[in-house]
Amino acid sequence: MLARIIPIVVKELIELWRDKWARFRLIVPTILQMLLFGYAATYEVYHVSTAVLDLDHSQESRELIARFTSSDRLHIVKIARSQADIDDAIDRSDAAVALVVHPGFAELLRKGREAPLQVIVDGTNSNTALIALGYVNTIATGFAQDYATDLMERTQGVKGMRQVQVTLEQRPWFNPDLNGRWFFVPGLIGTLTLVIIVNLTAFAIVREREVGTLEQIMVSPIRPAEFILGKTVPFFLVGLGEVALIVAVGVLWFQVPFAGNPLVLLFGTTLYLLSTLALGLLISTLCTTQQQAFSTNFFVLNPFFILSGFSFPISSMPDVLQWLTRINPLRYYLVVIRGTFLKGVGLDVLWPDLTALGVIAAVLMTMSILRFRKTLE
Amino acid sequence: MKLRRVKAIAAKEVLQIWRDPRSLMIALLLPFTQMFLFGYGVNLDLKHIPTCTFDREGSQQSQDLFKRFQASNYFAITRNVDSYGALVAAIDRADCKIAVVVPPDFSERLNDVGTTSVQAILDATDDNTANIAIGYATAVVQGYSSDVQLAWLDRQGETLQQVQPLVVQSRVWFNEDLESRNFIIPGLVAVIMALVGAQLTSLTIAREWERGTMELLISTPVRKSEVMVGKLAPYLVLGWIDAAFCLAMAGLWFGVPFRGTLLTLFVTTTLFLAVVLSIGYLLSVLIPNQAGASQVALLVTMIPTVLLSGYVFPIDQMPWFIQQITYLIYSRYYVTIIKAVFLKGSGIPELALPILFLTIYATAVVVLALRAFRKRLD
Repeated sequence: MLARIIPIVVKELIELWRDKWARFRLIVPTILQMLLFGYAATYEVYHVSTAVLDLDHSQESRELIARFTSSDRLHIVKIARSQADIDDAIDRSDAAVALVVHPGFAELLRKGREAPLQVIVDGTNSNTALIALGYVNTIATGFAQDYATDLMERTQGVKGMRQVQVTLEQRPWFNPDLNGRWFFVPGLIGTLTLVIIVNLTAFAIVREREVGTLEQIMVSPIRPAEFILGKTVPFFLVGLGEVALIVAVGVLWFQVPFAGNPLVLLFGTTLYLLSTLALGLLISTLCTTQQQAFSTNFFVLNPFFILSGFSFPISSMPDVLQWLTRINPLRYYLVVIRGTFLKGVGLDVLWPDLTALGVIAAVLMTMSILRFRKTLE
Repeated sequence: MKLRRVKAIAAKEVLQIWRDPRSLMIALLLPFTQMFLFGYGVNLDLKHIPTCTFDREGSQQSQDLFKRFQASNYFAITRNVDSYGALVAAIDRADCKIAVVVPPDFSERLNDVGTTSVQAILDATDDNTANIAIGYATAVVQGYSSDVQLAWLDRQGETLQQVQPLVVQSRVWFNEDLESRNFIIPGLVAVIMALVGAQLTSLTIAREWERGTMELLISTPVRKSEVMVGKLAPYLVLGWIDAAFCLAMAGLWFGVPFRGTLLTLFVTTTLFLAVVLSIGYLLSVLIPNQAGASQVALLVTMIPTVLLSGYVFPIDQMPWFIQQITYLIYSRYYVTIIKAVFLKGSGIPELALPILFLTIYATAVVVLALRAFRKRLD
């Protein structure tokens, strides 16, 4: 059996390598998408464009605004002169945040009464708005606390006046700087290989059917299992190569740390690639032309991306969709990828996900082989 | 350009669309499925973040603090651990996204020194979730802190200064409840239109070549511009139907507030459809087989539109050179427009700039497509 499979594998690999277009399609879009995702896909919020209106012109208001100016989270783009200026800046999206200090601000502060800082946020992008509001609150609270301590010392004349306060220390593990790239780039291993492998497998078999070589193979002494292996093993190797390429670009170019055990990732990758190959095979049995294979792939693969946690948290989805994510191999593979890359955890933690991947791979493989045999006969 | 000839081409195209179930499926099924999938699956709002507590003190005060986390809609305490090892395991296994640790000397320090701190350990593999969770947790702890402060001052029997000398009065405009759905869904309409439009027209010329009807078409006296207008007109109608369907779903089904006017929406959507349909047509002229043309159409519309249009990822957070590239992405202008029409209620005067860019884009693509099409067989 092996003696018959190896020649097919070698033939397919040589064919793939000789085909300039195939080589191009395997490498260039991968790198381009990595660069695009690595640079463009981020929910991080820095340098939020901010407009400022100081109607108080006091020492205090200037100090407060200086705190905002010195933060790298906000970027003052406009010093407004009137409320209308502020409204305009937000309307035109020149500024996403506006800070307004009303007249009498310092007086209220000095008397120890509540002095308001008015903040207007463009909520269009709710995510950015929410995070920006968090920054504004933190900066304002810092100012308030310092001012209160200072005021108490001055008015009470007590040095080191007791201040009762509970603070929160943040310890973001695995990604201490909250770098969005560390989240997206490893995830690409799962999404890019899914597209490439499913497409390659489905197209290769549909092409044989279109050209009519599938009939020739059927009359040759080769068995269906051998044919399937001969077709899928080369793409499995291609998949491994893709994963290696993406890992290399991620670690070397984007400097994403790899904390875990590469063997665990390799094991997860093997199970995942089996699922993608089976999926490609399954699609190939449903289509008679490459055109059909292409549109089927699109319809089938899109839900895989959305319902995987690649970009959007699963916990925020409605229950029905959350349930659907459980049959998605990409969901489990992403846990394995992020677990090995960032968390550095091993089999003891990842075994449930690896088991799920294994089950999905086995089910898909069985289904696709049974269906494929049927189409051959 | 003769209307009679344009009509003839259009009639022929309508017949072809009608007889090709694939085109109809793309036009009718794809918007529907994608609206549902993305509309429900794409959500950045966080509620009930799985939370783990590690109370190293077990006092009344520490329990009070945890009750506040429990009461908050943003956290759901899923586990109470009693050792650091169990906490590490819970984070490692992703059983919880955030672990709140109260130190053993929490209330002691609070009573004696006055200042104390609690620790939030976060699983920051998903940096955005972690960042938002930090914001919510800080707010909870701050609320607790000012109440403790007030209680303390009360006990001192002093009518001292206001504890919080500064209050932040925030007002959110346009998307008052900060719901991610309200900005993602209008952007999604742009993504779907870009995708469907280019897919549909990417097949038109290639189909003539593949079915061998190109020779017939060339032998007729019809002009290049007539072919283009005639072929695109039916798709524009399909595009309008799709757009109306998606926009109605956004407003009525998903409940995105609509504050603009239908006229603005109609004008800008038509302009966008002109760009998208012409791009598909251009690709169809350049690539004479259906499979190739539709693949390239997917590649040039899907990824740039999803990543570089500002539909979820804010453009102003991208590096400078990527920001420059986004000016070349036509969807960028429509995403800006449609979000503004829905949420801000902007009209044509406010949107003059993106509309101008879109018009320039449309003209350029139409001219390119006209020039690329040759009535020759070679």
